[in-house]
Amino acid sequence: MRRKNRLRLGEGRAAAILIVPFGILFVVGILLPLGYGLTMSFFTEKRSGLGVGTPETIFVWFANYAKVLSDPVFLQSFGTLLLYCAIYIPIIILVPLALALFVDGAYKWARKTIPLLVFIPHAVPGLVAAIIWAYLYTPAISPVLKALGDAGDILSPFTNSSVLVPSLVNIAAWEWIGYNLIIYFTALQALDQSTLEAARVDGAGQVRIAWSVKIPQVTSTTFVVALFAVIGALQLFTEPTLLRSNDPTISSTLTPAMYAYLVTFTRNDYGAGVAASILIAVLAAVISYSLNAFGRKKGFA
Amino acid sequence: MSAATRTARSRPTRVGPSRVLAHAVLIAAAVYTLFPLVWLFTAVTKTTGDLYTTGMFEWNGFRLFDNLGALFSESNGIYLHWYLNSVLYAGFGALIGAFLSVCAGYAFEKYSFAGKERLFGVVLLGVLIPTSALALPLYLLASATGVVNTFWAVLIPSICNPFGVYLARIFARGYIPDEVLEAARVDGAGELTTFFGISWRLMLPGFATIFLFQFIGIWNNFFLPLVMLSNQDLFPVSLGLYNWNSQVALEPQFYTLVMVGAFVAIVPLIIVFILTQRFWRAGLTAGSLK
Repeated sequence: MRRKNRLRLGEGRAAAILIVPFGILFVVGILLPLGYGLTMSFFTEKRSGLGVGTPETIFVWFANYAKVLSDPVFLQSFGTLLLYCAIYIPIIILVPLALALFVDGAYKWARKTIPLLVFIPHAVPGLVAAIIWAYLYTPAISPVLKALGDAGDILSPFTNSSVLVPSLVNIAAWEWIGYNLIIYFTALQALDQSTLEAARVDGAGQVRIAWSVKIPQVTSTTFVVALFAVIGALQLFTEPTLLRSNDPTISSTLTPAMYAYLVTFTRNDYGAGVAASILIAVLAAVISYSLNAFGRKKGFA
Repeated sequence: MSAATRTARSRPTRVGPSRVLAHAVLIAAAVYTLFPLVWLFTAVTKTTGDLYTTGMFEWNGFRLFDNLGALFSESNGIYLHWYLNSVLYAGFGALIGAFLSVCAGYAFEKYSFAGKERLFGVVLLGVLIPTSALALPLYLLASATGVVNTFWAVLIPSICNPFGVYLARIFARGYIPDEVLEAARVDGAGELTTFFGISWRLMLPGFATIFLFQFIGIWNNFFLPLVMLSNQDLFPVSLGLYNWNSQVALEPQFYTLVMVGAFVAIVPLIIVFILTQRFWRAGLTAGSLK
């Protein structure tokens, strides 16, 4: 009983005890590196003319940001990303939504097994998914490309560089369609059944119900799906890096994250590398903020 | 979560052309999903030479066990080393991370204190920062403090899981009625006694969900170990396979090693994943709530 009394603390102190351990990790794992990176992005290392001796660290204001933003290679990586998003975002919203609508109206066996099967790739690490697809894109070993013969060479990013971006989209779609399918399917199951019943009694067909009743009601889910898709796309690194290890002719600065990595580790320009990273993070923040604000204005989110 | 609504629904039993089409599309989606995995499972049973010359379902002998032997003996069994590293990073990281997330999420939901929502806003901000944008600053910080290229350089940033705190708060709202806490307070139990004695048990399914999400997240992480580690003995599986894959152009036998390595890495993940479906659904439902 005495022990119990000793542990009897106010809510504030209990909250502090439960939150502080996480808080320390949050500071060490997120705030501190963010602050340190921000500081580093305002400095550059200058070596003496011959490139020997201890480098001198000097404060350069926004010079690193200016350097990165005026680098055509960095801007080009955003161009690639834009193309990637233009293909990826519609696919990763529409395909899971369509599949979820089909599952919602399907037989019981399909409702039980299909979401589970399509969700399985999400357990496969991104790097391993990229490996499997890279080999399926290799004409000499891929059963699909072998069967297609000459047409197979056109579909492989290793023999036809113009399908590189769609090939990356395919890997990401394979990993995420099931994830989004479950999100949509759950949202559809939570819909008010009486509205659907009313539409049915009014003589609306399945397609009409899906289009006019179900889809408008899951718009807020679409915002969440789109938000995660954009943030994920901005980080695109693992899959293209893996494909590059099979085909060195793929650009080492294909995506913004690859650019930041290259500048940091190959050019050893830490200031510029961190500046690029921070620009990516800022863009992610701006996009999620505006998507949220837009959704709120429209009353979806 | 929506079990009640699910049982209450009635289904039309008509079999029309649209229904057949819908099922055809669903089966096509499942085939697309499973094909790469089925191919991987056939490829690991072949020699590297047969990979080039045989069709997907053609065999010149079943070589899975030879390939597994080659995998585990390559470079003095380094693959097993990588595997254990992955288990340690993901296991410890997710265990500690999920525990701390549940503590913090519970406190955010059930206690009132000054500046609570503002503090929670900061945590949410952490959810939205792309982890790959954090990796380079983390690397520079680790270099400055000398922990770069150590076990801790990967483990410590992996433990921190703001999304887990967000999920834990939602779970605390759903799983623990305020009446339970009121009753405990009336009985004279302290807040922490109540948390560890009563609430913790009610939060267990939430803990399991957060643990699974974080475990897979850490196991899947590639960018952070890539920037932090240069010592092969500290690599997780993903980084090790990446290294091997970089050699396939020169030494094609690595094709087989990489595929068998990938196979061994994902089979346990897929089995656990299928067995824990209900926790995943709980997490996805809570995570997409607004």
